[in-house]
Amino acid sequence: MNAAVLIAVMAVVTVLLRFLPFLIFRKQTPAYITYLGKVLPSAIIGMLVIYCLKDISLAVPPYGLPELIAAACVVGLQAWKRNSLLSILSGTLVYMVLIQTVF
Amino acid sequence: MNKSVVKQAFYKSLPVMAGYVVLGIGFGILLRSAGYGVLWAFAMSAFIYAGSMQYVGVGLISGGASILTTAFTTVMVNARHLFYSISMIDRYKNAGKYKPYLIFALTDETYSLLSDGHAPAEGDPNQYRFFVSLFDQCYWVTGSVLGSLLGAVLPFSTAGIEFSMTALFIASFTEQWLNTHDHVPALTGLVGTLLCLVVFGPERFLIPAMLLITLALTLLRKREERTI
Repeated sequence: MNAAVLIAVMAVVTVLLRFLPFLIFRKQTPAYITYLGKVLPSAIIGMLVIYCLKDISLAVPPYGLPELIAAACVVGLQAWKRNSLLSILSGTLVYMVLIQTVF
Repeated sequence: MNKSVVKQAFYKSLPVMAGYVVLGIGFGILLRSAGYGVLWAFAMSAFIYAGSMQYVGVGLISGGASILTTAFTTVMVNARHLFYSISMIDRYKNAGKYKPYLIFALTDETYSLLSDGHAPAEGDPNQYRFFVSLFDQCYWVTGSVLGSLLGAVLPFSTAGIEFSMTALFIASFTEQWLNTHDHVPALTGLVGTLLCLVVFGPERFLIPAMLLITLALTLLRKREERTI
């Protein structure tokens, strides 16, 4: 199929998924959906963390150690300084050094 | 337009910059190697604007997939966006002229920046969210175009820089954890997804995980509504 058509299909389906909940609950948001809106954010962020780490294999070297060490840096720094930019940049730098030089 | 709102939105968006530019470059390079140049990269990043879907999309267009396969794959890969929208319904309800773009631009990363609900005390919170979303998309489009133009001629090794996305989610998770007393939703997301990853494997755990999380949080509703 023509690439432009497929790109249009991907764009339209993605937009529909993003807009659908807003179209369905346009008038009044049911209490159940409001409740989900309150509890879902932290659950989804937890899900995304696992999603990013899904391809780590604990059975073969380096046993997910670079990810574990870098993740610990991010958590530690965030808890200490509460500065997301700092935690993210430091954690990424630690990870890059680890996989390029240590592991 | 409020300058301080734009400035604060820019600062808020900075953690996404490195990741989006780099992942965008990766996408641009991949698309070019599949035979589609800079205009295609720009069009996909401007109109689809969904990172992992665009990576999958390169395979779909270069492999000549059917419309039906493409539509179905998009639903599977992007179903999680339903979740983001559901949890933003009340926040974006009165966003007025900014609302359509805010919904269109609700990617994983933008969601993780805006889901904590914080906005500067002064100025229009919706304008602030609009600019955070817009800056993020600019980084993504810039990265895609750069990748397409530069190809694979980067002067230093960027191996591992993709971890910035993971780091962003871990930092958001930690921040939300420190800001709430009730850790049940966060643990539900973490443990439920881990469980599904072990049971279903890395290729198809995401949709079962979303269903399990929704089910668990639904069953916990009575208990949770007493604590929040």
